[in-house]
Amino acid sequence: MRTGRGTAWFALPISIVLLTSACGGSGGGTDGGGSGGEQTDVTISVNSTEPENPLVPGNTNETGGGKVVDALFTGLVEYDPRTAEPSNAVAESIDTTDSQVYTIRLKPWTFHDGTPVTAQSFVDSWNYTAYSPNGQQNASFFAQIAGFDQVNTEDPDGTSGPLQAPQPPAQAMSGLRAVDDRTLEVTLAQPFSVFPTQLGYQAFMPLPQAFFTDRAAFEANPVGNGPFRFVSRQPGANIVLERYEQFAGERKPSVKGVEFRFYESVEAAYADVVSGNLDFLEIIPPSAIAGNLFETDLPGRSVSQTYLGLQRIGFPLYDARFQNPQLRQALSMAIDREAVNQQIFNGLKPPADGLVAPNVPGRIDGQCGELCTYQPAKAKQMFDATGFQGPIELTSNADSGNAEWMQATCVTITQALGRECNFVPVPTFGEFRSAINGREMSRIYRTGWVADYPSIENFLNPMYRTGGSTNDGEYSNPAVDALLARADAAPSTEEGNALYQEAERMIIQDMPAIPLYFQSVQAGWSPRLANVTVTQLRELDLFSVTATS
Amino acid sequence: MGRYVLRRLVQLVPVFLGTTFLIYLLVWAIPGDPFAGKCGDRPCPDAYITRMRAEFHLDDNVVVQYARYLGNLVQGDFGQTFNGTSVGALIAAAYPVTVRLALVALLIEAVIGLAAGVLTGLRSGGYLDNLVLVSTLFLIAIPVFVTGYVLQTVLGLRLGLISPTVSPAAGFGELIVPGFVLGSLSMAYVARLTRTSIAENRRTDYVRTAVAKGLTPRRVVGVHLLRNSAIPVVTFLGVDLGSLMGGAIVTEGIFNIRGVGGLIFRSIQTKEGATVTGVVVLLVVVYLLMNLLVDVLYAVLDPRIRYD
Repeated sequence: MRTGRGTAWFALPISIVLLTSACGGSGGGTDGGGSGGEQTDVTISVNSTEPENPLVPGNTNETGGGKVVDALFTGLVEYDPRTAEPSNAVAESIDTTDSQVYTIRLKPWTFHDGTPVTAQSFVDSWNYTAYSPNGQQNASFFAQIAGFDQVNTEDPDGTSGPLQAPQPPAQAMSGLRAVDDRTLEVTLAQPFSVFPTQLGYQAFMPLPQAFFTDRAAFEANPVGNGPFRFVSRQPGANIVLERYEQFAGERKPSVKGVEFRFYESVEAAYADVVSGNLDFLEIIPPSAIAGNLFETDLPGRSVSQTYLGLQRIGFPLYDARFQNPQLRQALSMAIDREAVNQQIFNGLKPPADGLVAPNVPGRIDGQCGELCTYQPAKAKQMFDATGFQGPIELTSNADSGNAEWMQATCVTITQALGRECNFVPVPTFGEFRSAINGREMSRIYRTGWVADYPSIENFLNPMYRTGGSTNDGEYSNPAVDALLARADAAPSTEEGNALYQEAERMIIQDMPAIPLYFQSVQAGWSPRLANVTVTQLRELDLFSVTATS
Repeated sequence: MGRYVLRRLVQLVPVFLGTTFLIYLLVWAIPGDPFAGKCGDRPCPDAYITRMRAEFHLDDNVVVQYARYLGNLVQGDFGQTFNGTSVGALIAAAYPVTVRLALVALLIEAVIGLAAGVLTGLRSGGYLDNLVLVSTLFLIAIPVFVTGYVLQTVLGLRLGLISPTVSPAAGFGELIVPGFVLGSLSMAYVARLTRTSIAENRRTDYVRTAVAKGLTPRRVVGVHLLRNSAIPVVTFLGVDLGSLMGGAIVTEGIFNIRGVGGLIFRSIQTKEGATVTGVVVLLVVVYLLMNLLVDVLYAVLDPRIRYD
């Protein structure tokens, strides 16, 4: 019943329709705020990958670790599984008058070891993550908070140079203050209206005192404040969590526990879902996507929907050959996105019409307009006028499933422009990222983005602002920077979003990266699961899912 | 014999040191920073990379790194992966699974391969001979992953006779089908090797003598013929056990067997030098010991071969 509709969604171009059909298609679960009903003693198994780092929220930003961290921890806010709208979780209220000083009242929650979640838990946790000698991956998320530059110093010549980063003058950010056990006051360096939305991201989770007293013991047995507590971990095999019965959140999970199981291959995991050995899989192997085989293999137990992700190809703007915006616009119009979508993705990944993924709060449709529409004749005319020499070369890492669509993209470029286009892969993701990070890229490269937190801001600031944390192409436009700064400081979300949208249109005119298609997730589950909702961040909603033994 | 074995065991030491050093060097030389791809489509913060490099001593000279690794290894410490898991624990979990899988595969290929080889070698040109020749040719022609996926889909998904994947415990029973897949190619080789060897030796003088002496056919074949014909087959099986253990990546991936093949593959991709070297060290030891065992078996099988 659910299957088949999956493809139909993408024929509808309007994201509001996408949103409502996502609600209809996601398994007939309960409405967003509700939990999954009766508590049962069934433990479900969920496909995952081995976390790449110890399970510390401030140092986790990949999907394998992220799923477990999301189940173990709950932040000040959480996101609706369907609409991705933020709502208060640990926070009772988040108040501000100027988008710069936030007063956050906390509910009386406890960690899994029984200790209370206090304002000081957040202060300590955030200071730990931001302090650069601790080397946490998510440190940059605190850059908005006053005093961040006093605790986080840059290595003046990068990691490969002989110089070391100077010791930060302070250990704590001046903008963080625990007024009392249940009141947290956060002062930002500049007004930033999106700050409350950020608070549901992993970097902002609280850590218990146990973490600071014995880090090794914590890593072996993580203690969070989320709906599930840690039970066991078998390297290379699984991580098992069980329901935390004293969980204070409004929504409570129905299942007794979750086993995050690591598979040697997606194909093996898929075979297990088909035969009912695995309960949930959020990625379907290409062999089952072909001809939409998964819809027959998993009758009534699969879903296909977009999530907050965007696939792009980016230009190394530090390379003189790519500095002409006309060239970048021409290439964008030379790509037949719909043809690639139909031929490679079976129509499951809708062509991008802007820089912001569907369902992201603040997004509007059609921002890219003409420039993302396939117009071979116009593209060829513009491209020839730029005088670009040599073949067009696209690159990506070969250790992931990107070769097919990149090759297909090349084919449409060749057809439109009559120029040679080659796909030149690099063996590993590490090597690929090394070249990008070192600003040594000389080809047009694949670059994806999945939202950290649901806001249009997260699709713009990190990638297009001068010096942004993921501005890999070294794009810089002072007018865009000024507009983004104004949007950040806007007194309300609506005014902020309007300014972000204006900035988006301005960035698209420069086309520092070509938006290609929106990411979609194909998920399947075993016959014993019901009320399955796949969140906008591509995870199984562990609150609403129910299972029979 | 004892001195020979001892000499061979002492020879293991330089070989062991040489291979481990080479492997360490090779992993170290894989291009790309191991932490460059750790943060998704976002560059990792410099502070994170600096901390990790310091924690794993990656800024030292590669020889110094190797010496430190070897020093720890001698004390039984295989080191840690980048996510803080002990490599020793990973190997302890993966190795028994791989050994079981390799043994099942070896047993299947030895029993079926030898039986088919002996039967067809004795009656070459018959119906059975042609059947074995065609079916082994078929097995040699199709790649392992085709055999694997076909058996998994048909037996596991369509007929429901087996579970499509192997549980973490990976008992012998669960490993029969994966073992068959893994051993199928070698099984075909063993059958053909045995067949040729038997057919050749059937016409030798000592077999004619044995028959002329009036020995029962069972004794002629079982003792005189088979023993001599087994030498090339034993060589093949011995070396094959080594490659079955290290080269089961495809089979392990299809049936989700958590063995060393997948472990090495993932570790190479993420430049986890400690894991790759640790696992390969053990594979090298197994390989060397198997070779020694094969050489010793020669002397047992063929009285003309002496080592002292």
